[in-house]
Amino acid sequence: MTTTMGGEAAHTVKDLADAYDVIVIGAGPAGLSAATAVSTLGARTLLIDENQTPGGQIYRSILLAQTADRQRLGEDYWQGREIAETFLHSGAQYAPATTAWSIGPANDEGGGFIGHEVGVSGSGTARLIRTRQVVLATGALERPFPIPGWTLPGVMTAGAAQIVLKTSGLIPEGRVVIAGSGPLLYLLAAQLIEAGATVAAVLDTMPRSNWLKALRHLPVFLTSAYVAKGLRLLRTMQRRTKVVRWVSAMSAEGPGEMKEVVWTAGGQEHRLPADLLLLHQGVVPNVNFSNAAGCRHVWDETQLAFRPQVDEWYETSVPGIAIAGDGAGIRGAEAAALQGKLAGLGCAARLALIGGEDRDRRASSLKVQLTKVTRGREFLDALYRPSKAFRVPQNPETIVCRCEEISATQIRASVSAGAIGPNQMKVFLRSGMGPCQGRLCGPTVTELIADERGVSPDKVGYYRLRFPIKPLRLRELASLPQSDAAKVAVLADLADTHHSKVN
Amino acid sequence: MFRRAPDRIRDQVTFTFDGMPISASAGDSVAAALLAAGIRACRTTPVSGAPRGPYCMMGVCFECLVRIDGVGNRQGCLVPVQEGMTVETQKGSHFLSAEPAQ
Repeated sequence: MTTTMGGEAAHTVKDLADAYDVIVIGAGPAGLSAATAVSTLGARTLLIDENQTPGGQIYRSILLAQTADRQRLGEDYWQGREIAETFLHSGAQYAPATTAWSIGPANDEGGGFIGHEVGVSGSGTARLIRTRQVVLATGALERPFPIPGWTLPGVMTAGAAQIVLKTSGLIPEGRVVIAGSGPLLYLLAAQLIEAGATVAAVLDTMPRSNWLKALRHLPVFLTSAYVAKGLRLLRTMQRRTKVVRWVSAMSAEGPGEMKEVVWTAGGQEHRLPADLLLLHQGVVPNVNFSNAAGCRHVWDETQLAFRPQVDEWYETSVPGIAIAGDGAGIRGAEAAALQGKLAGLGCAARLALIGGEDRDRRASSLKVQLTKVTRGREFLDALYRPSKAFRVPQNPETIVCRCEEISATQIRASVSAGAIGPNQMKVFLRSGMGPCQGRLCGPTVTELIADERGVSPDKVGYYRLRFPIKPLRLRELASLPQSDAAKVAVLADLADTHHSKVN
Repeated sequence: MFRRAPDRIRDQVTFTFDGMPISASAGDSVAAALLAAGIRACRTTPVSGAPRGPYCMMGVCFECLVRIDGVGNRQGCLVPVQEGMTVETQKGSHFLSAEPAQ
């Protein structure tokens, strides 16, 4: 079956082939570009994406966007159209509204490694699909913003507000407060104001001391394309809303739902009634897939996040698995598209569709462009480095793990009791074991443990994640081809767990 | 808490949330449709019973879990709303016994 959006390219899980040369996961700029590049070179390519239409989060709903959306969201957003359309005409197959939840080695009958097997699921059907190469383009997610009250209904991420603006044309109304720091926060504030929202205040949590650390990167930044864009956003924001600077503490207060935002700036406490609080303090690579696949990760002290280690073709430490775009370290949408193309060339060379020299020749201009579009990012990274107060909760009662409702003080106490790493913390408190699988608490738990132990987050490490990285229905799992013995064992185990929960 | 830009009003789709009829625009996710209707909380937590509502809208936070047509643990932000859909608040944890056979 095809959907109207993807044209002939769109497939449901049932229609997919049993095997491909390349499976790309994620339809943002990196994934779309990787799939286009490698399928154009002759690889049988499948792109899997959770959303209904291509674009990822940055170009979300781009093919449904009209002139009014272009005006509201700006030219950078509109650029995504060409990337998405080129992909749809590339010959790659496209499986929208489909979730990829595992990658495992695929072996031949003699046990020899022949590639990877990707677990996918959509419209209630799950399948395991073989592929020789995988490109993960799973992008970024917003860095956790653990403040007291951040779990109240009415507190959302700034990215969430941007997504509903893109997908449904929803504009916040009532008393809206935007808080945090970083270029995306200012972009969102400007977009919402442009769309006609009344923003009561922007609470800027960037610490003053960041300027000193960022200054040495300023000369390069001033020659980058970011300057004009950034100044325009700041001007819109400053003219049309109240901007409160140097906010050092913040909480959302209820009861029951978001009623009032309370903050400290200049040593004084302030309160403001609010219906909607939008939080943002930068984005971090979404590492759930690469971590569960066993790829090696490194702690990036500049970006304060773990990221997978990749080579110049974005291949990870696991042969045949590449990661392009923000999932490999935050460098923005334009860089992601270029990285996707480079990862595609890398796959094509590994599949022997092109030779090494051909690959290098095709890559050379892409690499020049990549240097150009990432110029000035050191300055942004330094200037918008989120302050420790908002990464490592100051208030001990602050919820860190939203799923299991575990507070900062519980994490700290468990470190003293012997849980010296995130995986022991799972055993002690169940942190990271709820449905979000650590996506909303992982960075905070690592940094809290590091702070309590007085060591670097690098020494503490991250949760060891397991497949499936997205929940599957039992029916889907049970319908997968597997030996009868394995099926019986899995079902018996699950039935047992369920039984004890009900009683 | 949200209003819709006039240029984005599409074909109307009607569904129910806890029995209450709600109209949405075709193409809305369930979570977006609830926000557009002024509904902020869509589940209670299994641990303390606290109310929660959509937080990330991109499928990573699992705060917008709801029951859709009798099936629990659905991510409201990833499911497109459809005519006649029955959406319910997910109270606490989801029990398999409540799920209809298919």
